[in-house]
Amino acid sequence: MSGNSLIACHECDLLHHLHEIPTGSTAKCRRCGMALHSPKADTINRTLALTIAGLMLFVVANIFPFLAFDMKGIRTETTLSTGIRLLFEQGMWEIAILVLLTSILIPFFQLLALMYILLPLLLNRTPRYLALVFRHLQNIQPWGMMEVFMLGILVSVVKLAKMANIIPGLAIWSFVVLIFVLAAASATLDSHAIWERVKIKSAP
Amino acid sequence: MSIHTKTALSAGLLSCPSCHMLSKCPETSSKGKLACARCGSALHRRKPNSLARSWALVISAFIFYIPANLLPIMKTTTLGHTQEDTIMSGVIYMIVSGSWPLALIIFIASVFVPLAKLFILTYLLISVQRKSQWRPYDRTRLYRLTEAVGRWSMVDIYVVTILVALVNLGNLATIEAGMGAVFFGAVVVITIIAAMTFDPRLIWDNMEFDDE
Repeated sequence: MSGNSLIACHECDLLHHLHEIPTGSTAKCRRCGMALHSPKADTINRTLALTIAGLMLFVVANIFPFLAFDMKGIRTETTLSTGIRLLFEQGMWEIAILVLLTSILIPFFQLLALMYILLPLLLNRTPRYLALVFRHLQNIQPWGMMEVFMLGILVSVVKLAKMANIIPGLAIWSFVVLIFVLAAASATLDSHAIWERVKIKSAP
Repeated sequence: MSIHTKTALSAGLLSCPSCHMLSKCPETSSKGKLACARCGSALHRRKPNSLARSWALVISAFIFYIPANLLPIMKTTTLGHTQEDTIMSGVIYMIVSGSWPLALIIFIASVFVPLAKLFILTYLLISVQRKSQWRPYDRTRLYRLTEAVGRWSMVDIYVVTILVALVNLGNLATIEAGMGAVFFGAVVVITIIAAMTFDPRLIWDNMEFDDE
């Protein structure tokens, strides 16, 4: 840690000396309880494996049929992006963009960025713009909302179940698994370990 | 005195908002912008203009919350007959038709969470401005709650999107999104940004060290 084990709590600014923390445990702020540092075992290997799985699931979730709706023999098949396209056609582009970003583009960027960062690190190289990409990856985190989308699917399906037959497609299963894979990837990612790989240009 | 009773600010250090590295704070308040040597993020003692920005966002969210609830979020057309639903009329319809678990989910996500979040942020802003020393730990926990829970308000927006996609049967039945959904989406996004703009360290800046 660049010869300095001093860290300030992000929520109350209290300074702490970080001593050796066993992997799998979390150091918390003495004053406000905020997590300061939680080293993860084998972070690059595990997170990269989950990222690759996530990218494959992402492709399946976006290409294959998502949900089909069968009412009195009339059937509509949808993919993940059908609703977004229809919202654009109805002139509701504000919502369309919001949904497109939070449920498709941002999770996709997160997966690509993790891949871009972790693959070279695994091969002991430092990717170009590592600090820039990782910084934006952290900032964008709150805006990926796939798990909320999942709750939206459940509510919609229950709501429509009385009116018609809803047939789940392949995409919806990969979407569900993808949510768990993304959650696991963020649980195995040790941001301190990544930041330590960034070379510091000049002394502060 | 051990270093444990000091904050980064009182020790003359700046903590990077992205990579957590500490940098020395220059003695004189130089005009130039400071950037973290490791990751390039802008460094500030506290989030800049945190109170003013959070207030502006909280007030605009309160204003947008009104049309979000008065305007329809969804228009259902069945066989030429159009029915418009607001957030509350949707909840009431679900209670009447017996699906109270759904009504509960939508009520919590669309009505309770955004309002609770706005009131909590308002309280935190006032408490910081009045230099309150009352229960800083619990106020920090309230702040964490608003950060964690805000995203779930998006569920209604997603429900509308999915219903629009599925109920698209031409003359038989179609569902369209209404302007209420636009304002509601704005409320959700603005409150999330408001929580990000608020600096919880301000809660602790009013505290003195009484332990050790």
